[in-house]
Amino acid sequence: MPRKSDAAKMDEVGIEIDGEVSDSDDGVAQRRNNRRQAAGRGGAKGRGRGKKPASDDEDEADEEEDEAPRGRRGANKKKPAKKRGDDDDDDSEDEAPKRKRGGAANKKKGGKAQDSDEEDSDAPKGKKGRGGKGGKKGEKEEEETKGKKGDAKGKDKGKDKDDDKDKKKKKKKDDSSSDSSSNSDEEEESMSEGEMARLMEEVEEKKKLIANIRNKPWRMKRRLTHLKEAQAFVDKFEGALGKGKGRKWYAYKVMMTKKWIKFQRDFENFRTACIPWERKIKEVESHFGSSVASYFIFLRWMYGMNLVLFGFTFGLVVIPEVLMGLPYGSIPRKTVPREEQDTAQDYSVLMDFNGYCKYSVLFYGFYNNERTIGLLKFRLPLSYLMVGIGTFGYSLMLVIRTMAKNADVGGGDGEEGEFTFAWKMFTSWDYLIGNAETADNKYASITTSFKESIVDEQENQKDENIHLRRFLRVLANFLITCSLGGSGYLIYFVVKRSQEFATRDDLSWYEKNELEIIMSLLGLVCPPLFETIAELEDYHPRIGLKWQLGRIFALFLGNLYTFLFALFDEVNTKLEEEQAIKNASIYAMKEYYANYSRLMNDSEATPPPMDPADVIRGPCWETAVGIEFVKLTVSDIQVSYLTILIGDFARAVIVRFLNYCWCWDLEAGFPSYGEFDISGNVLGLVFNQGMIWMGAFYAPGLVGINVLRLLSSMYYQCWAVMATNVPHERVFKASKSNNFYMGLLLLVLFLSLLPVVYTIMTLPPSFDCGPFSGKSKMFDVVMETIDLDLPAFMGTLFSYAANPGLIIPAVLLMVLAIYYLNSVSEAYKNSNMELKKKMQMARDEEKNRRNNTDSTNQVMKDLEDLLPNRSLAPPPEPEKPPEPEPKPTKTKPGAAGKGVDLQKDVALASPNPNARGPVSRAPGPRGQGPGPRPGPGPGPGRGRGRGPPPR
Amino acid sequence: MGTTASQLDKDLLSEYQELTFLTKQEILLAHKRFSELLSKDERNFENTRVSMERILTLPELKSNPFRERICHVFSTSDQKNGSLTFEDFLDLLSAFSDSATLEIKSHYAFRIFDFDDDGTLDCGDLEKLVNCLTGETDDTRLTTDEMRQLINNILEESDIDKDGTVNLSEFQHVISRSPDFVSSFKIVL
Repeated sequence: MPRKSDAAKMDEVGIEIDGEVSDSDDGVAQRRNNRRQAAGRGGAKGRGRGKKPASDDEDEADEEEDEAPRGRRGANKKKPAKKRGDDDDDDSEDEAPKRKRGGAANKKKGGKAQDSDEEDSDAPKGKKGRGGKGGKKGEKEEEETKGKKGDAKGKDKGKDKDDDKDKKKKKKKDDSSSDSSSNSDEEEESMSEGEMARLMEEVEEKKKLIANIRNKPWRMKRRLTHLKEAQAFVDKFEGALGKGKGRKWYAYKVMMTKKWIKFQRDFENFRTACIPWERKIKEVESHFGSSVASYFIFLRWMYGMNLVLFGFTFGLVVIPEVLMGLPYGSIPRKTVPREEQDTAQDYSVLMDFNGYCKYSVLFYGFYNNERTIGLLKFRLPLSYLMVGIGTFGYSLMLVIRTMAKNADVGGGDGEEGEFTFAWKMFTSWDYLIGNAETADNKYASITTSFKESIVDEQENQKDENIHLRRFLRVLANFLITCSLGGSGYLIYFVVKRSQEFATRDDLSWYEKNELEIIMSLLGLVCPPLFETIAELEDYHPRIGLKWQLGRIFALFLGNLYTFLFALFDEVNTKLEEEQAIKNASIYAMKEYYANYSRLMNDSEATPPPMDPADVIRGPCWETAVGIEFVKLTVSDIQVSYLTILIGDFARAVIVRFLNYCWCWDLEAGFPSYGEFDISGNVLGLVFNQGMIWMGAFYAPGLVGINVLRLLSSMYYQCWAVMATNVPHERVFKASKSNNFYMGLLLLVLFLSLLPVVYTIMTLPPSFDCGPFSGKSKMFDVVMETIDLDLPAFMGTLFSYAANPGLIIPAVLLMVLAIYYLNSVSEAYKNSNMELKKKMQMARDEEKNRRNNTDSTNQVMKDLEDLLPNRSLAPPPEPEKPPEPEPKPTKTKPGAAGKGVDLQKDVALASPNPNARGPVSRAPGPRGQGPGPRPGPGPGPGRGRGRGPPPR
Repeated sequence: MGTTASQLDKDLLSEYQELTFLTKQEILLAHKRFSELLSKDERNFENTRVSMERILTLPELKSNPFRERICHVFSTSDQKNGSLTFEDFLDLLSAFSDSATLEIKSHYAFRIFDFDDDGTLDCGDLEKLVNCLTGETDDTRLTTDEMRQLINNILEESDIDKDGTVNLSEFQHVISRSPDFVSSFKIVL
């Protein structure tokens, strides 16, 4: 057993090194590689054996000399080191297995272990110093190596690790390998210089230790001791560093760093304290697992983003207009027209966002086109445009950044299917679950998934009636396409009809709100319909869920875009109407001025004395669009809240209380309680956000409404989910879906950006309302600012920059850059893959070398020659087991040669097409030899004990 | 190290922050929750141990199938009874906290899954693990055949060196590829 675990330990170490080599200098890495190999062989084959370790020892001795001066200095650290000794006792209990290994290695090491007493407990760490000058320095070394956990490999290994971690060691190593003796002599004399540098490095190292200590899987007590020790050391020697003038500066710097760290920590604490709803989400999390909670986390994230957008919009547009702009009633665009004034305050009118609502800061039309307002000369039109564009810019940046961060954290680059079983086994429990019912569901779902995957593995494709299934799938897709098309047409039809209605007055409530009602109803009815149709397809639930999501997405998107196109139609008719009115009013003005100057004999043009409410005005399509979006949003809010109230709450109440007097069990039977529909809710949220983005430019107030919605939604849905819903029967996990949602959001953002940018760039703004009135295009306001407010040369600069001759090359350059970066990332990806393969191959090889006796090893090599892509392609990995497997069970290791040869031939005879065959068969023989497997156990051990390293 | 009655002293608090992945609030909350588990007179002693049974009454751990293993892994008790001191408790929370690294988490996960504490996950460990995951009731249990198949498949995938057990590095290798281990290996007070 000790031997085996020793081997195991080796693997671990090997991996660690692989990981760490990459982040150190190449030169050192190279040398270390040599060492590692030496260590690997030496360590595995027994320490006291060969020449190799001995030579390493010499190397070591050099270094010890090198360290001598520091050793002296280090003497005062002896005490802490001693203390660590005790400490390790505590430690040994938690690292029992390792210690066992350490002990084993120790025995092998034999005479080399001199001071056995301490060595025993410190075997992992302490060995390094022993080869050198012993006692004092040994302890010193040990204290330095303490940053690393128990390590049976002894000194070479310890050394490797050391210099992975600390620069100091690296440097020392360089010294020792180049001109160790002379260097050390020199340093003995000029102590102050080198000593200082070394001390500094040591302090740095301690600091690093302090910073990283939480990453060590140690007991708290041990970490605490180390921390205190390191801190004491740093405190003691930090002041001694730096000299002359530098000293003060250094002390100051140190102090500031300390303060800064403290501040950072406090700030971090403060920040985490500021994150709202932590408790609420945690409660949901423990009831429903992480997937439902992921919805609320998404909601919170959304809320944060909208809060920022709200800040921009209100801080830079709405508030300045309210404070500094002209008041209500001063100019026509800020006044309710005469014919509407009677009903302007009616509740029903206000609920439709007409009347006073329409002529308020909530909508585009209210804003004046004065270039600057107030005493501060605030450029409102410019700011309006900038905020409109900035909203998109900020959202885009935020979404992409979050996605990148998520992708980073995920780190799951493992291909699907590589570790299906192991993942199910090791990572399927959701530790956040703190509710018995959810836990039961989780048990059930884990069991199902185990069984499912076993069945999957056993009979991967059951081809019953493939034609029927295909036919059903085609049929289902046909039905769904039909319903998608139907819903699109319905919306188009309704929008058209609403334009008709707009000219009439005798409208019922339904007719007025038809569009919103139809859209919400479609959103309500279609997803369940799709789900029903999807039953036909008989997909695996996971795949089914993806299809479902895709279809709902298509539905929403289709509806939204149909709505938009219909809206554009409307806008176009409004534009024509506006043109007519504009011409008419310009003509009237001309007439008026002509008459005025003729009658009064005064060329001074005074505006006609007219009440602002009576002025003829255009339809102001921007406000109309804004109103549509606001109405849509509000009706969406109403519908979703009502759905929760009726679909979940009422249902829960009925099920709960009628259950006492009903003929079947309502709770377990048909209606049951509702489940929280995560995907539906997330999609709803995403689309709602899309509407906000689209509408925010035409209705600045929409952002405020949305913030309120999200805020209330948080509380309302939290309550609803806790009060009325039951945990999912199949408990999904959040996993990567977070980025999936973000991806949806990004797509929606892009899609909602298109129409808005299109309108900003091409459509002429209304002539008599909004901040851009009187301009031919909205972005003219930027030009105007450049021309009037910036120095002249800036104007010319911009005109050059806007020249197609410059823009086209710039675009080309960007495309080229994208192409270049893309190919570079592709190349990196490839080399990454290569490296991974190489690592895996190296590891496999190493392991095989260690695990096999001489006789089988040759066979393994042959096998590797014959199966070159053995470790290159992980998926066909299952083919591997057949070769080593039969060995232990059927034949003795010694006789394995021929037996395996045969086996190999068989394995080769059935290559890929039958890849499944070996898979289901392979585990068979293995299963018969479970447990610690006595057969192969001694084999590798023996091999390791005696034979030379098979290279 | 005074986990004194009601208040943690300031130095210790900052040291705990240094040593764990927890923030100040979380440590204070943990301390509060931990003190609640102690009876009145016990609170005045330093380093009081709370028995495993008492720890397991925490709702956060109550429905966890690995609750006893978790206590055993984090306990520093000499009697191996799974009782925790406040520092052990903090260790636990730190390892399960949101900001703990994958390495720490996988290390402790390995120790939790290693039911017989021998440093590797062998067939026995895996079997117990499966039984934990599928719950105590008979209808969710796997049959012997399924169990054998499952364990074989797992070893197939993750046992790189083919010694019939999964060791720490193999375990970490598997875990580090998993997309949702970090997000689910969490316990928040």
